[in-house]
Amino acid sequence: MENLQLILPEIFIALSIMFLLIFGVFKKNSSEIIQNISLLVLLVTAVIVFNETLDVKKITLFNGGVIIDYLSSLMKIITLLAAFIVLVISKSYLKIFKIFKIEYPILILSSVLGMMIMISSNDLMVFYMGLELQSLALYVLATFNRDQLKSSEAGLKYFVLSALSSGLLLYGCSLIYGFSGSTNFDVIANELNSNEYVLTFGIVFILVGLSFKISAVPFHMWAPDVYEGSPTSVTLFFTMVPKIAALTVFIRFLYVPFLNLIDQWQMILIFLSIASMLFGAIAAIGQKNIKRLAAYSSIGHIGYVLAGLATGTNEGIQSSVMYISIYIIMNLGLFSCLLMMKRNNEYYEDIDDLSGLSKNHPLLSLSLLIILFSLAGIPPMAGFFAKLYIFKTVIEQSMYFLAIVGLLSTVIAAFYYLRIIKIIYFDKEKEKFDTDHGSWLKFSLTFSTILILLYFIFPTQLVQVVSRINII
Amino acid sequence: MNFPIISALILLPTIGSIFLLFSQNKNENTVTVKYVALFTSIVNFILSIYLWYLFDRTTSDFQFVEDRIWLEGFVNYKVGIDGISILFIILTTFITPLCILSVNNSIKTRLRDFLIAILIMESFMIGVFCSLDLIIFYLFFEAGLIPMFLIIGIWGGSRRVYSAFKFFLYTLLGSVLMLVAIISIYWITGTTDVIQLYELGIDAKYQNLLWLAFFSSFAVKTPMWPVHTWLPDAHVEAPTAGSVLLAAILLKMAGYGFIRFSLGLFPIASDIYTPLIYTLSVIAIIFTSLIALMQEDMKKLIAYSSVAHMGFVTLGIFTIQQQGIEGSIIQMISHGLVSAALFFCVGVIYDRMHSRLISSYGGIVAVIPKYSVLFMLFTLASIGLPGTSGFIGEFLILMGAFKDSFLVAVIASLGVILGAAYMLWLYKRVVFGKLVNKDLEKMIDLNHSEYFILSCLAIPILFFGFYPEPLIDTIEVSVKNLIDTYNLSLMNK
Repeated sequence: MENLQLILPEIFIALSIMFLLIFGVFKKNSSEIIQNISLLVLLVTAVIVFNETLDVKKITLFNGGVIIDYLSSLMKIITLLAAFIVLVISKSYLKIFKIFKIEYPILILSSVLGMMIMISSNDLMVFYMGLELQSLALYVLATFNRDQLKSSEAGLKYFVLSALSSGLLLYGCSLIYGFSGSTNFDVIANELNSNEYVLTFGIVFILVGLSFKISAVPFHMWAPDVYEGSPTSVTLFFTMVPKIAALTVFIRFLYVPFLNLIDQWQMILIFLSIASMLFGAIAAIGQKNIKRLAAYSSIGHIGYVLAGLATGTNEGIQSSVMYISIYIIMNLGLFSCLLMMKRNNEYYEDIDDLSGLSKNHPLLSLSLLIILFSLAGIPPMAGFFAKLYIFKTVIEQSMYFLAIVGLLSTVIAAFYYLRIIKIIYFDKEKEKFDTDHGSWLKFSLTFSTILILLYFIFPTQLVQVVSRINII
Repeated sequence: MNFPIISALILLPTIGSIFLLFSQNKNENTVTVKYVALFTSIVNFILSIYLWYLFDRTTSDFQFVEDRIWLEGFVNYKVGIDGISILFIILTTFITPLCILSVNNSIKTRLRDFLIAILIMESFMIGVFCSLDLIIFYLFFEAGLIPMFLIIGIWGGSRRVYSAFKFFLYTLLGSVLMLVAIISIYWITGTTDVIQLYELGIDAKYQNLLWLAFFSSFAVKTPMWPVHTWLPDAHVEAPTAGSVLLAAILLKMAGYGFIRFSLGLFPIASDIYTPLIYTLSVIAIIFTSLIALMQEDMKKLIAYSSVAHMGFVTLGIFTIQQQGIEGSIIQMISHGLVSAALFFCVGVIYDRMHSRLISSYGGIVAVIPKYSVLFMLFTLASIGLPGTSGFIGEFLILMGAFKDSFLVAVIASLGVILGAAYMLWLYKRVVFGKLVNKDLEKMIDLNHSEYFILSCLAIPILFFGFYPEPLIDTIEVSVKNLIDTYNLSLMNK
């Protein structure tokens, strides 16, 4: 038990959740304090992860059920920081809807705990435990604005479909257990007999479950409705944080026990990737609601991440992690703008509400311009470099078809991003939006915009960070 | 020689635009904004002339090369110039101040934003012409879409949204295949550095596909028939300064790309695909000239004439003759000046009468004589009358073409006649004849800034028409070297 400090972050967060729950019950009107403590907890946890585990090479705990390595530590830090930003900028939004309650930060903390367990899992059971913990918290978060019909609908839909996918996932786990005799990733890797075709079924079932969690086509149906119905701050959380955890599991599941079966799952991944890229791009064209559009856009971006994973190399994983990090920053910027779209404390979500924004709010629209061009992958914004590295690894493996389809779908995707820019810059102006935004919201918008715009000056830093990921 | 002069050329307009961004815009103090932009672009012009002065004409090596680590282990920030690129850089820095001068009359709203877009555009365009790394080239090539999209979309005419989208998506679609090709080159050879690639050469078995991928991008940008349809739309809807930038410089990126990359990197494939280029060029010359004859919109007519002229350029490049390529480069420079001047001319009367239709003009020679004289000069330069720079270019291209293929040259020569037909007919209908409209009598002749802009363009057109030596002198060694390496790699095949 000498290595217990390695899971100190998880222990710390779990204890904090319990403390906050009790604290919230006994002290009335404590949402402000609990919010602040939660923020502090997230930051402290990030610091603990940074100090204790970032330099750990590779250690497994609890009979190999939990793994601590560079990938897990990095992803945990990204998760914690992303959750921190979401929590800090959602306060004013929640206050306007009068749902600024103690449960919100606690639910975010518990889902983050679930994600951290997922990220560190090296065993199907541990992984499932983490997945369910985060999902349960997310169901409640989706319905958080329970007086609104759409929010309840979103939560219910998410719950039903997610439960279905969890069922498939569990079935896959049981198949794999049946044919390899263990749930531990390392043991499975050793026991693996590639002639067992039923194992492939197990992989497929688990891939379906995981694809559902990251909303890859054709398991994306829940995403637009849930994204639209949930409160905007929760949508922001959905588009960023759970994807990091699910991506990590995706990487570990495919590359630790089943690397030898790459012939079996590579085609599936290529299909998922192409379908997501194309569908995300095409379906987004007709959208009117920005949150729905963000859902389709995130489906498209997940396609690029999967393209990196489909290569079956360390470089592929690195480029995927890089892509998702840049995507998170772009998404943060996009949603910060979305959270600024209010007039007299009423939020607007339609793309048409942005009409002529550039005349009334030149700086806000300039930021949106930069973020949208970056999402479209136009140089010199950060989004271009993310795509560049993905396609670099894809072409290295001579997967030209995937690369060309991917790049063509960026052209289709460029169309709908341009449409928003057209509405902002070319159309007639509407009423002004409020300008009394919290300083954190302004900070997150400025921060993400500057990072995206000036990324090209120091492009190697992020590459160096991800280049230490070494799974194979 | 440690001063990074090329990076300074690229960065200066961007720095100027940052100044503009933070300038106070409350009093609508447009004069200051304009002077800042003008000052920046003129300093940049002087810097580029100084660069031309420092430039060593006796060597074909790349000069003023800067090489910095950028994306570690992948791409280096590498820029430099040779005889071919320097002329395009000077063309860019020369046209930009004129565009900024012209905004007085045509841009009514959001002047500051417009100037920022123009200056950023200038940075990207210079970047395209001096990048010595494929990824850097792609970066600048693509990034130029953003300001141009905004220029067409915000300040354009009635169908501006359609045109801006068409421009952006057409070009992007062409370019993404080039990105695939660039990354493939990286995996085949291990570098994207152009100088190293020139030395290493690319294996013949890959060249065909790579050439086609680059071609898809350059053909759209040139634009070659049949993917030229975005150009007339973009030209018609863009504001005057936008049309000028588009015609004078953006189209030249592709011609430059053909010379630098298609010929330089894929000689074997270029040899194979020369008939394709010839066919498309000849069709472009004849077909778009015929279309130009039928146009009723002046800007559209000039846009189609641009397609025809660029047809000559691509024809000349792929003759792989000293004259042909030199002619193409001079034709590009000349077309840059002449088309810019013609768009300014259309802009002048559009600002007064708010119509681009040929039929709404006629007989304006008596009302605005100064304008008519200059317009005449540019019309003749566009036709390629001896004594104007247009003649030198077309003549050299046809000479190169005759050496290579008699038939192609003869058909292309027919295009020259058609070119004379549509331009002179345009001039006749607009300037001569009877006054069709009472309002035309109230037109005012050129004001000082317009007179200055048009004279600035007229001087080099005439000067290089009579004395092209400075241009040929600059490009000669580089072109010769290009052709030598080209022939050498064909022999080693």
